[in-house]
Formats: sequence, structure tokens, C-alpha cells
Amino acid sequence: MSSRSARPAATAPATGRDLIRALAACGRAVLGSARDLLPIVVVIAAFQLVVFRQPLDNLLQVAGGLVLVVLGLTLFVFGLEIGLFPVGEQLAHAFARKGSLPWLVAFAFALGFGTTVAEPALIAVTAEAGRLAGGGAAWQTALRLTVATAVGVALVIGVLRILLGWPIHWLIIGGYLAVMACTPLAPETIVGVAYDAGGVTTSTITVPLTAALGVGLAGSIRGRSPLVDGFGLIALASLTPIIFVLVFGTVWPVAAPVP
Amino acid sequence: MHFVIDVMGRLVAAFGSTVRDVIPIVVVIGFFQFVVLRKRLTNAVRVLVGIATVITGLAIFLVGLEIGLFPLGRTMARQLSDPVFVAAGRPAEAIDWTSYGSTYLFAFCLGFATTIAEPALMSVALKAGQVSGGSIDPLGLRIAVALGAGVGVAAGTVRICADVPLPVFMVIGYLLVIAQTFLAPRAIVPLAYDTGGVTTSTVTVPMVAALGLGLAEQLPGRSPLLDGFGLIASAALCPMLTVMGYAQLAEWRSRRRPRSSSAEG
Repeated sequence: MSSRSARPAATAPATGRDLIRALAACGRAVLGSARDLLPIVVVIAAFQLVVFRQPLDNLLQVAGGLVLVVLGLTLFVFGLEIGLFPVGEQLAHAFARKGSLPWLVAFAFALGFGTTVAEPALIAVTAEAGRLAGGGAAWQTALRLTVATAVGVALVIGVLRILLGWPIHWLIIGGYLAVMACTPLAPETIVGVAYDAGGVTTSTITVPLTAALGVGLAGSIRGRSPLVDGFGLIALASLTPIIFVLVFGTVWPVAAPVP
Repeated sequence: MHFVIDVMGRLVAAFGSTVRDVIPIVVVIGFFQFVVLRKRLTNAVRVLVGIATVITGLAIFLVGLEIGLFPLGRTMARQLSDPVFVAAGRPAEAIDWTSYGSTYLFAFCLGFATTIAEPALMSVALKAGQVSGGSIDPLGLRIAVALGAGVGVAAGTVRICADVPLPVFMVIGYLLVIAQTFLAPRAIVPLAYDTGGVTTSTVTVPMVAALGLGLAEQLPGRSPLLDGFGLIASAALCPMLTVMGYAQLAEWRSRRRPRSSSAEG
């Protein structure tokens, strides 16, 4: 395991040694974040200096931004381990113990729909698509609801797959075939939007929660392996929006102004 | 001083919008946890502190990106797709898709670098490392994903410049993924599929979208709607191929090792 997975110091009374250990863990976490950021800094600096041959004009601002990025990333990873992962796992275990399939399905749909429908990245994409394709406010809202429904459905399918042990690759390959079948039928203007819609639906807070949920669920059912059965929820959540948006664009086409 | 006030203002705004993003999650989880399951959270204080840390960290991270990296990235994406820069003194007729070498290189580097810094990918890699009991190295996995994202963004950029239709391009990608699925070790397949979805997130999407829209706006006869989109889809597709490839490589090496040692002995 890499250093960034170091668990935060236990909540026992802070003796001197605990404090030193906690500080060392923090230091390692900050170094880990700095290492993660290094490639971006190198790429930008190299292109700026070698290809464009320009010095950076607002170096102070860039440096300040980088300090914030490293600090933020460190806190994020730290909080994941003590907050988001346990919540997802506890929920998964509680559902497995309760053994109520309808509630689990309802939860999966609500989580997918609820986290996607208000997603700022999705609102930005639907607004941009509406502007470029000539769809009005009602069209944009319907597009947004379509994508949110798609993510809800994806999590339901994903949870059922974990429970029933369906192999993920048949679902994904079936999904790809559906995408290929829908693409020629859909209006040209919606195709690009549809393909990108899958990428913007999985936000940085939803992903760890979903991963913990899937792995926790697979881990608490006998005969399921967390690695083979626990992953795949995010993949489904990136695939169904493509199909749903292609169908949506076919059912509700807008007259596109060809630029 | 102005700078500090500006940063503070942005921090407050980013914190507010991150909290707003989390509200639906809290509502859904709260309802099911306390109303349906009627269970109290174990370690509630610790978990709440953790969630607050995640939100604060994400807000600080986003502000840092906004003031430090995004403006530069956008400017560079524009400069690299600028016809004047690409032409470099050559006549306009001499420019075809092969003239964009440095744009492709930049696209690869951008895809790689932004993916390594992607927090969503870190979370999945961490989880995969825990679950696999150490047989999957989180950093190795992230490097495999980032290589894929780099190739994906570069291939998507080539597609825009060479004017290959997006559906044709995507169908080829899907067929490759299907082929890889049957060749790769079983256990890696679900994780590989997931890495496609997490690559395109907070850091990658704004930078890559800027590159795509910039290219589509500046190349003659392209529309941002048809050509600018699709770069993100390509960045999400290729990591599946590289992650499955990474597992194949690991499997091949572990199979080869005992044989070569017995040959020596």
C-alpha cells in the first residue's frame, strides 16, 4: 500500500508519541499529494518554457493555487478513510443484514438520481448542449432528468448484479451494443453530447461512496468477491446515460441550426 | 491583499457549492439510515468529521485549481490549437492533421497529468488496493489509468484534427474493449471498467473540454457541437484498455518468473 493510505492516528488520548506519529502521517500525506500534482506542474512548466518560450507572468498566483491544491487533496484523502468509506460500507452491511430487496433497490435509485440531478457539471453540459443544439429550457430540464434517471437505473442494475452474481462484462458489452445500435438512429447533434454525458455524471463525492457501497455489499454476501463483484457500479453509471440520451434525442429531436 | 481577499471569497463560494452538492447525498443516506434501516451510525462523530474534512478538502482543492492551474491550462490549450502557432510560417495549404505534433504531445501530457491528480481515481485505487489484499498497487493502477487517459485524449485530438467521425472512432474503441475483456484476467475486468468512469472528473473534464472546444472552434469547418464533444468520451474509454493491459502484463510476468528460474537451475 502506498503511504497515502496511512490511517489517521487513533482517537486515543494524545501522548507525545501519538502526536509525533500523527504529524508524521500528515507529513507523508502532504508529500503524497505533492507527488500527485508534480506531473501537472512539470507539463505546464515544460510547455511554457520549451514550446512557447514564455516565462510565467503570475507566478505567485500559480504557486498559491498549487499550495491550496496540495492542502485540499490531503484533506480529501484523509476524510475519505474516516468518513465516506465507512458510511458506504455501514450502509451496505445494514442493507445486507436487513435483507429487503425493494428498499435496497429504492436506495440505489435514489442515490443515483439524487446525486446526479443537481450535479453542476451536468447542468453545465445540458445548458451548453441546449445552446448549441437549439433546445429550450424544457428540453434542457428533460435532458437532465433523463441523465439522472439513467444513473439511478444503472445503480439498480449494478446492485442487482452484485446480489445475483451476474458477470459484469455481459452487461457492459450489451450496453455497448445498445450504444452502437442507437447511434445511427439518433440525430447527429445529440451523439457527441450523449457520449460525453457518461463522463460527467460520476462526481468526486459520489465515486468513493459508490465504490464503498459496492465493495461492502459484495463483501457481506456469501460467495461474492469484493474485487470481482464489488466494482462495476461506476462503469454502469457512465454507460447508461449514453443510451438514455441517445434515445432521448431520438424521441425529442430539436431543429439544430447548422453552423 | 487583494489576492488574499479574492481567495477567501472563492473559498467561501466553493465551500458553499460543495456543501450544496453533498445535500442530496446526505438526504438520501439520512433517510435510509435512520428511517428505513433505523440504525445509528457507528462512530458517528468520527464519520461526520471525516465527511466535513472531505468537503473542506474538495473546496480548497477546487479553488486552488481555479486560481493556479485552470487559467494556464486553458490559455495553453488555445495557444496550441492556434492556426498561427501550428502553421509556424508554413502556407495554409501545407497544414494537415500531421502538422499538429506538439498539440498531440500536449494532449497526451495533459490527459496523463490531470488524471494522476484526480481525487475520484485516488479513492477507487485506494479501495482496490484494500480489497485486493495488496496484489493491486494503488499507484501502479493510477499510472496505468493515467497512461490510458493520455492516449485517449491524444487519440481524440488526432480524431478532431484528422476529421474522423466520432461514431466510427467510438465503435472501434468499444470493439477493442470487448476484445480485451476476453483476453484479460477475469478479476481485473470490473475494476478496469470502473476506472473509465472515474478518469473524467473534477480536474480532467475542464482542462480537456477546453482543449476540445478550442480545437473545434479554431479548425476550419468544424462545429463545437459535433467535434468538440467526444474528447471526454475518448479519455474515459482508453483507461479500460490500459488497465486490462496492465493486468495482462502482471499475469504474464508472474507466469514467466518460475519458468525462467527453473531454467537457470
